[in-house]
Amino acid sequence: MQAEITLTVDGTEHRTTVDTRTTVLDLLRERLGVTSPKKGCDHGQCGSCTVLLDGRRHLTCLALAVAHDGAEVVTAAGLADAADDELHPVQQAFLDHDGLQCGYCTPGQVCSAVGMLDEAKQGHPSHVSDDLEAEPELDDDEIRERMSGNLCRCGAYAGILAAVREAARS
Amino acid sequence: MRELAYLRPDDVGDAVAAVSGNPRAQYLGGGTNLVDHLKLGVTSPELLVDVRRLPLDEVEEVAGDDGPVLRVGANVRNSDLAAHPVVRSVFPAVARALLSGASGQIRNQATTAGNLLQRTRCVYFQDVTTACNKRDPGSGCSAIGGYARYNAILGASEACVTTHPSDLAVALAALDATVVVQGPDGERRVPVLELHRLPGDRPEQDTTLAHGELITAVELTAGRLTRRSTYYKARDRASYAFALVSVAGALQLDGDTVTDVRLAWGGVAHRPWRATVAEEALRGSAFSEEAVLAACERELSAAVTSEESAFKVPMVRNVSALVLGRLAKEDR
Repeated sequence: MQAEITLTVDGTEHRTTVDTRTTVLDLLRERLGVTSPKKGCDHGQCGSCTVLLDGRRHLTCLALAVAHDGAEVVTAAGLADAADDELHPVQQAFLDHDGLQCGYCTPGQVCSAVGMLDEAKQGHPSHVSDDLEAEPELDDDEIRERMSGNLCRCGAYAGILAAVREAARS
Repeated sequence: MRELAYLRPDDVGDAVAAVSGNPRAQYLGGGTNLVDHLKLGVTSPELLVDVRRLPLDEVEEVAGDDGPVLRVGANVRNSDLAAHPVVRSVFPAVARALLSGASGQIRNQATTAGNLLQRTRCVYFQDVTTACNKRDPGSGCSAIGGYARYNAILGASEACVTTHPSDLAVALAALDATVVVQGPDGERRVPVLELHRLPGDRPEQDTTLAHGELITAVELTAGRLTRRSTYYKARDRASYAFALVSVAGALQLDGDTVTDVRLAWGGVAHRPWRATVAEEALRGSAFSEEAVLAACERELSAAVTSEESAFKVPMVRNVSALVLGRLAKEDR
């Protein structure tokens, strides 16, 4: 079955017809040419397809496009302010701290970190928070736990941790 | 993947009618489990009825017969429920269980009802090239004599030895939550302990819901006991892994005497396992680690293990002692 949907991606509205079986990830990459989100496992285990969907970090491989008609997607490529040619602070921190090696997981890591920092700012606790009702303090254990949905096969975790730590403080 | 029709009804009644009227229709919520199953070929519905935008996304505090009730809409995201101030203060076991499940991204997508209705992560269930009675009734069980580390130790059958993967369901089982269900003929309330079933000779049936019945809400009654509750998950990795075993506990002491206790186990059975034998042994007794271990021994006397799953018996017993021990410390 085909369905007509609208998806806004990095500020551009796309009106398109999709097969109902198409995931948001395949729509972005194969149809709209937006290749920033990566297909790693395609089963929700690696996090490399993470984007911000309606403002929250979200996997695109486990999301059917037809179910997200009308959604607003921001990929890592859309985070930076194109007008003033500056990277998003999280992107800059990944560069400054070598938070990558091959770079394949990086767009997902960056989107996940942006979403995670927003969750922490809203006071959301995590699995490692001793006090569920306290304002979270993003120490290294908290950052590791909150970023555990993003795998890095190169093992650049030390740099990723340092990058997110700095972004959390800025 | 087979051709797939898609519907997004505006109200609950239309959604229930659409699925009830078509044996090959399924509900779609957050999709974190179902979309994966579509890709793997574990399930192949001809119609998906998307319920995620139905107006079932509120958390409300309402009055109940036995105290204030928190009514959680079926579409409330796992992350939002874990972050809800009342859940964090009055039902900490629920917040802890949710936060120990999946990843930040998945918790943003996954819904309350979908979490309860997620299906087993048994490797054979998810691999369509192998025999599995749950996926393909009558084909056999590859987990018996196969990879058994995640197998059940209580209530399994010759047809199926798998476990239920939800953390939330275990916490809700300990706190006696109620599930509100809408069917074609009206609404009914199901104690969460009666939602999931043991496999018996029908492992393809995870729950007691009829085809087309839709969970619309989960209700939790607040009390002193729920405030003294917590959840512990033992797993192979520190994060983003399913439970080997998990324990949801709640405890109320008067001095050293156990006036009330709740104990529910995950990772040990086809449904959340409420340890009623252990609870009964502890109620009215003097609280001690030894008493908890002995009570759990009684509950576990019926355990059936293989070489690979035998570790779960001491693990669930010891984690229970850890959980109730922590709660006792808080209560003194």
